[in-house]
Amino acid sequence: MATNRKQKTDIAASIEMMPEFFSITRAQKETHDTFTFDLEPPSDGFKFAPGQFNMLYLFGVGEVPISISGDPADHEKLVHTIRAVGNITKNMQKLKKGDVLGVRGPFGNSWPIGESIGNDIVIVAGGIGLAPLRPSIYHVLSHREKYGKIVLLYGTRTPEDILYRTEIEGWRSRFDVEVLVTVDRATSGWRGVVGVVTNLISRSHFDPFNTVAMICGPEIMMRFTIQELQKHGVSFENIYLSMERNMKCGIGFCGHCQYGPTFICKDGPIFPYPTVKDLFIKREI
Amino acid sequence: MSDLKKTDQDFTKVVVIERNNFDFLFDVLTKRGYHVIGPTLNEGAIIYDTIRNSNDLPLGWIDEQNSGKYRLLKQGNQALFGFNSTPQSWKPFLHKPRARLWQSKRDGNKFTIIPEAPENRKFAFLCVRSCDLYAISILDKVFIDSPFSDSQYRFQRSDIFIAAVNCTHAGGTCFCLSMNTGPEVTEGYDIVMTEVVENDRHYFVVSAGTPKGWEILHDIPYTEANTHDIETAARLVDKTKTEMGRAIDTTGIKQMLYNNSESPRWQEIARRCLTCANCTMVCPTCFCSTIEDVTDLTGDEAERWRKWDSCFTMDFSYIHGGSIRPSVFSRYRQWLTHKFAAWQDQFGTFGCVGCGRCITWCPVGIDVTEEINSIKNSEQNNPSNILIKENR
Repeated sequence: MATNRKQKTDIAASIEMMPEFFSITRAQKETHDTFTFDLEPPSDGFKFAPGQFNMLYLFGVGEVPISISGDPADHEKLVHTIRAVGNITKNMQKLKKGDVLGVRGPFGNSWPIGESIGNDIVIVAGGIGLAPLRPSIYHVLSHREKYGKIVLLYGTRTPEDILYRTEIEGWRSRFDVEVLVTVDRATSGWRGVVGVVTNLISRSHFDPFNTVAMICGPEIMMRFTIQELQKHGVSFENIYLSMERNMKCGIGFCGHCQYGPTFICKDGPIFPYPTVKDLFIKREI
Repeated sequence: MSDLKKTDQDFTKVVVIERNNFDFLFDVLTKRGYHVIGPTLNEGAIIYDTIRNSNDLPLGWIDEQNSGKYRLLKQGNQALFGFNSTPQSWKPFLHKPRARLWQSKRDGNKFTIIPEAPENRKFAFLCVRSCDLYAISILDKVFIDSPFSDSQYRFQRSDIFIAAVNCTHAGGTCFCLSMNTGPEVTEGYDIVMTEVVENDRHYFVVSAGTPKGWEILHDIPYTEANTHDIETAARLVDKTKTEMGRAIDTTGIKQMLYNNSESPRWQEIARRCLTCANCTMVCPTCFCSTIEDVTDLTGDEAERWRKWDSCFTMDFSYIHGGSIRPSVFSRYRQWLTHKFAAWQDQFGTFGCVGCGRCITWCPVGIDVTEEINSIKNSEQNNPSNILIKENR
């Protein structure tokens, strides 16, 4: 009995709530309120699936859930793009190369990259919503032959809010990817499309009956995107969303991320639309 | 099962412990290293705290409970367990209201992190009611039988001695019968007792539920229970069932609540609910928590604390841009729908055990049994609902 208890003592640490410390190898400003960190995993690399997130801890300040935005094939580098909107993220923005960030994760499920082999892929992103989708983009581009058409539709508020601009321009120059970008409000110098991202759907080319759509952005944007995709013939079963709620633990204990019967941290953050359809139209769920 | 063999016969035996032998229980438990927690009087309420002997128990006290009401009264006899739901359940001993998870130190860019050592006390819980025993099994589902397991909870839970007590009368806000969680203790206990107070005799009809329970029992002076004792105990529990003044009809309740997320009744409740979070604090199954990361003035030492949280606060659902549930109606709806509907999808049980604490401790007396029935009735009377159904 005594030995039993001893063994239990050894495992009783709150390991699941302890971050590991990663060094920042590169800190890059993206837009006026977003920035990207490349982090160096401490030991045997960092593996994740596109769409998963980490809890990022700023020493003594606090912890926030942030989706992973790097290449899932690169285990030597963990990449996060963060928007400075709250106390913790605003303080994270001040970190420089060589500083250290606590990491717990990866948590959550992933975009259906395996299930959608053979299909056209339509990726619709709004604002910072591009960050959790970028690992999927990396994946489908590096396994290009396994997919049909690849379409990226991206909308931001203004041209200054466009994330990963150089990279998007690079994708746009390829002949095997269709990239369309729109802004809600043009500023001087913008000669591109103006309007909501849903307008881009009818401008793009894909086979709606053989398409998997992955959407991430504000809920209102996702709602209208789903409507528009459905109008074009994409079935609800082939539409996937990434949801966001307050999150304190990432492992299903804190209760904050409950979305109807689901916990976004462990049942999500990616949901096939039919599983959340009834919740999606309700207010304050 | 091999453990069971040598005591097989004894194990199922029902015994009687006389009141004047009851204190042996404390000696036996203490000798085996248990720290006994049980009911005791404190500031006009019966709470769970350290118990040394039966004098620490609320001898002769009963509680009078109703929506928004809790009073202690002295009854004519010297019953040890004459009361019902205590303000707090066993939750604080397993899932602490405030717990440090780790401490960390920074030295330049070197960080060390020290996990919190668990409290090395094994508890014996004395006077666990059937509803609260179910509540513990529900918390087990949340913290142990999940994809992740909470190590602090798992540790606290690993070696608890549970001395359950059958309810011999129903409390004013109880509805365990309709939740199928009581009043009779049926599983999850080490020993279970029914207290019998007669004019000339005060005794406990006791049986063990585990070999561990029997080990404790057989060190206490006992006699084998006769038919009269067993029947008397059973009659008291049966009487409790008939006394229960509240009930929830749980048939189809999950779909009923999902279908009625826009019921006008939510708005009506919102006019009364103060969002004070009392119901979630006293609930034996509400498990939500928040994380507080703190630091000292130098910024070189940091700690992580976990504290109980409630879905009734605005901060609970805050994300960039504002709270997801700013209005009272949506926060009450979240709580109630979680308890009776979403919980079933998440953990395969209700999140409610019918202990009635949320009714007793609601400062405005909101009664969950009444609200559920109202939502159900408004569904039946609402012509627009009938229309929706026909159109489907």
